[in-house]
Amino acid sequence: MRRAFWTMAAAAAVISGTAAAAWEPSRPIEIIVPFPPGGSSDQMARTIQAAIQKNNLVKQPIIILNKPAAAGGEAMMEIQKSAGDPHKLITTSSGIYMTPLATKLPVNWRDFTPVAMLAQDDFVLWVNAQKPYRTAKDFIEAAKSASPPLKTGGNGSKREDNLLSVYMEQQAGIKLTYIPYQGGGPASVQLAGGHIEANMNNPAEEVANWRAGSSRPLCVFANKRMSYTAKIAGDMSWADIPPCPEQGLNVTYQMLRGMFMPGKVTAEQQLFYVDLFKKIVETPEWKEYLERNALVPDFRSGPDFVKFLEEDEARHKDLMTKAGFIAN
Amino acid sequence: MDDLQQLLLGFQVALTWQNVAFMIVGVLLGIVVGVLPGLGGPNGVAILLPLTFGMDPTSAIILLSSIYWGALFGGAITSVLFNIPGEAWSVATTFDGYPMAVQGRAAEALTAAFTASFIGALAGVLLITFVAPLVAKFALRFGPAEFFGVFFLTFCSFVGMGKENKAKIVASLSIGFLLAAVGLDTISGDLRMTFGQTELMKGFDFLVVVIGLFGVSEILLTIEEGLHFKGKRAAIDLKVVLKTWARLPAYWATLLRSSVVGMWMGVTPGGAIAASFMGYGLAKRFSRRRENFGKGEIEGVLAPETAAHAAGTSALLPMLALGIPGSATAAVLLGGLLIWGLQPGPLLFVEKKEFVWGLIASMYLGNVAGLLIVLATVPVFASIMRIPFALVAPIILIVCAIGAYTVEGSRFDIWLMLVFGFVGYVFKKIEYPLAPLVLALVLGDRAEDAFRQAILGSGGDLSVFFSNGLVSTLMILAVLLLFWGPITDLFGRVRGRRRLDPRLAE
Repeated sequence: MRRAFWTMAAAAAVISGTAAAAWEPSRPIEIIVPFPPGGSSDQMARTIQAAIQKNNLVKQPIIILNKPAAAGGEAMMEIQKSAGDPHKLITTSSGIYMTPLATKLPVNWRDFTPVAMLAQDDFVLWVNAQKPYRTAKDFIEAAKSASPPLKTGGNGSKREDNLLSVYMEQQAGIKLTYIPYQGGGPASVQLAGGHIEANMNNPAEEVANWRAGSSRPLCVFANKRMSYTAKIAGDMSWADIPPCPEQGLNVTYQMLRGMFMPGKVTAEQQLFYVDLFKKIVETPEWKEYLERNALVPDFRSGPDFVKFLEEDEARHKDLMTKAGFIAN
Repeated sequence: MDDLQQLLLGFQVALTWQNVAFMIVGVLLGIVVGVLPGLGGPNGVAILLPLTFGMDPTSAIILLSSIYWGALFGGAITSVLFNIPGEAWSVATTFDGYPMAVQGRAAEALTAAFTASFIGALAGVLLITFVAPLVAKFALRFGPAEFFGVFFLTFCSFVGMGKENKAKIVASLSIGFLLAAVGLDTISGDLRMTFGQTELMKGFDFLVVVIGLFGVSEILLTIEEGLHFKGKRAAIDLKVVLKTWARLPAYWATLLRSSVVGMWMGVTPGGAIAASFMGYGLAKRFSRRRENFGKGEIEGVLAPETAAHAAGTSALLPMLALGIPGSATAAVLLGGLLIWGLQPGPLLFVEKKEFVWGLIASMYLGNVAGLLIVLATVPVFASIMRIPFALVAPIILIVCAIGAYTVEGSRFDIWLMLVFGFVGYVFKKIEYPLAPLVLALVLGDRAEDAFRQAILGSGGDLSVFFSNGLVSTLMILAVLLLFWGPITDLFGRVRGRRRLDPRLAE
């Protein structure tokens, strides 16, 4: 009954031709971050919060909630349960398909409402600066003759970094020992301390140690170079890191950064957020954030975004099956 | 010398009137955050982070770090008064702080806790001021094997020092390990022991368990014993502060030991929680009054508080110098730094001198401000003990429930808290110690992760735990502490036999 009433009200508003029909949030908006405070998803959420606040884009306050348990599974279950609630958003990364595939959690992004993809994050092959490796080829040669196998490390198990390590093994015909840590930060420090031979951190996770001269980038797991040409470490910029395929390591991988809402929200509600994010990605705060983290700007919404998700999920399923990461 | 000049510059930055105002506001908010169980330092800082976006980064970090100092101070208050740790790192403070309060010495216990916190913090700030780059390098030497060494040392010192039945300690420890294993396993990426229940997916939150085990079980026990008047009418005025201070120099060894343990654990980063337990365990072993521990010994309050605050403060060092947070709150501050456009890491000390030294100067000032503020509140808090228990108990129970709910915003956690309250009650009835369970719950999965990471790296070879001087020292020290009791007994016996049989002495 109630829905019928609102449909009629909406129809009436459309007929009368007023702009008042556009939906607006009536309560504070919660952004759920499926990672702990301080991580890269958390930073994205807080940048969005800052951009909205400084530019007065929404009248309601923005609240950030960190729900890091079970590799984001807890946060996804929460969004699943909140179907129909237009005051909740969740930040997403590849975890949106990887966690359900690896843990058999009963969640699926198709039950959520895709809002927008905001950017893609690159992965880089990093080594300790004191080691002799200068190119990906050097590293692979060393890995071929190493016994015990060379150690790589990264964030968690059966996730992006682990997948990349296995993907490298398969493409280069080498054997590596992957050591899962609590996050990209610890993996960066362990590399600087020489406890692992390489990591596959995102630019933002490793930039501090690169600038301090304790780690060195060998190649970026992408078909083309990053676009940022400002000098970062010495006379090197992000754009100076060669793509891995050019160095004979045919591995490419990027991770989406986007936003979802719970399922069963109305088209107006979805549209409100799509418009909001269109405005956010134009703010100076957001552009500064992209540059600082060397993210690839890539805004998609609507069917474009859904198509990307479908293809990306299929690719992950394939890679994860080959790596033996799928729960059975 | 150069450092001292920089520090003076820092004081100039920190001593502007608006920065001092931020400091005081921050400390007050922090105390509130610390007092409410479940809210906690990381959440408190995270909630206020958005307010700082428009601020100058130096003022912003002064405000946020002052919240952190306030929370470190405030965590002790409910531990002493109600046996409910406001923060995870004040669990060990309850062991002696609460018995003191029950004996009518709440004001003394609070003064001791606050002063010890201040001393620990001072030690931590001095460390940051003078040896930051050096210590930051040392932290890099910690790989998985070394981390396991630190955790192993913490467990062993706690088991070896306990005066309870060793079998009971190990049993309690094992239950803690079992609880810690529930949830997502970092190494395999699989869910463990969740039995398909989504509530169990996030594992057992430490604070929920602790609020139940300590707070709720204490209420159950008191109800059983009868609703009588607990807090004695002790004279409560600020003179207690001076009297307590007069006694502190006698405990210099404990304060020094806990400061060192705390600084070390903060940097490595074993964290404030491990530091407080280790500080308590060591004090219990080496104190001349060890029989009194657990019955209201002031040294048992001083030791964990000094260690926790020293660790909490030095945890900021690896964050600033390496970009790795030594604690959850440090992690939130780290996120803040990045949003303000500062890149933590080795270059921060070179590129943003004004910011770094302003922050360091504010650590000195913030802790002095914090100490003065909390000491002024001692009479207020201590007088709570005069309110009849029948009135206080329901309020405590409600505060506990709110606390348990706030941790994750989950109603299931309130039930969990009640269940653990009952478990705690049973443990106390059958005289099983609770502390080892809590310790294993906090550090269990981190110890397990470190162990398995080390073994993965070595290809299954256990010799990795003796592969260099650092880790070997940690492991040997751990085993020594574990068997400290039998070892000293043995030495005593050998010496005794020699005295009896002079021929053996030759």
